[in-house]
Amino acid sequence: MKIIGLIITFLTGALLFYAADDFPAWSDPASPASTYLSPHFIEKTMEETSVPNIVTAVLADYRGFDTMFETAVIFSAGVVCFFLLRISRREEEEPETRSYRHVLTGVTIQLKEGHKMPPSADFERIDSMWTPPDLIIKTGCRLMIPFVQLFALYVIAHGHHSPGGGFQGGVILGASFILLAISHDPTTAVRRTSEKLIGILCAVGVLIYAGTGALCLLLKLNFLDYSALAGILHVDPITARSHGILIVEIGVGIAVLATMIWIYNNISSAGRYRQGL
Amino acid sequence: MIWQIDLAILTLVVVAAIGALMVKDLLGASVLFGSYSFMMCLLWSIMGAVDVAFTEASVGAGVSTVLFVAAVFRTTRRTKD
Repeated sequence: MKIIGLIITFLTGALLFYAADDFPAWSDPASPASTYLSPHFIEKTMEETSVPNIVTAVLADYRGFDTMFETAVIFSAGVVCFFLLRISRREEEEPETRSYRHVLTGVTIQLKEGHKMPPSADFERIDSMWTPPDLIIKTGCRLMIPFVQLFALYVIAHGHHSPGGGFQGGVILGASFILLAISHDPTTAVRRTSEKLIGILCAVGVLIYAGTGALCLLLKLNFLDYSALAGILHVDPITARSHGILIVEIGVGIAVLATMIWIYNNISSAGRYRQGL
Repeated sequence: MIWQIDLAILTLVVVAAIGALMVKDLLGASVLFGSYSFMMCLLWSIMGAVDVAFTEASVGAGVSTVLFVAAVFRTTRRTKD
């Protein structure tokens, strides 16, 4: 079976190499892709949308419909991870012994089956595989996380001028929360970004994007034609397109941020939300 | 574009890709896959597609490696085949 797979892979590879010969040469100005639409974008983007970064203008304005459904794909990826992996507390089997840890001193006690700890703020329930987080890693990550988050916000806000935008910024922002979950323990991270909040944020991001489009429709222009927002934002239609791009980028950023944390929490704790990586 | 650097990175991409397939240790494979993504990110930026390179660096090399490691943490480290 392995040999057949290898043969098929090599045949497909050879076919691809053969077909790649028909592609236009790299950065060929006479190729079909760069003769019809690309010159229009290169020449007109600045005067039509006042966005210096052409890639951002194409992604969020000219091709905004496509990006909206990309955001919806990310949203559904998060939802699918949740439905596949999440185990509710009722279905979970009870372990024979429960472990509790005194938060201030770090003393761990175990209770046999049937015994429960009276609810108190001094003790927290832990798994048997619990290990104390390392002090150096904890402190180092605590110093790093604010700068990572600041950079992520910069990436989202500066999508108009430099590479980046909602998607990349959202991923970096989500990564900073994942870093918190890795360096501390997952319960600390879940306490800050609860599952409910993450689920709502995930949907809110997509809603901002689609809502902006619907708002343009209500103001008697095409779906996602941001120049309709000129009246609301009190700017001229060209600047309104630039501002509209920023609004949908923020929506994408929120959706991606929430999805990254959601997927990570579900995978690392195998849907139990107690102990993880 | 300096073609020697281009060729070196392209070789590293191929080596990392084959390595990620061959390695028996799943944790090692996911780390190799992260390095593959990072080399792809360098290739994108050499070709001038900076936005794609940024996405590859943040998603491919960053978050997806973390998700792979989290998944490996929940299974065994060695592959069966």
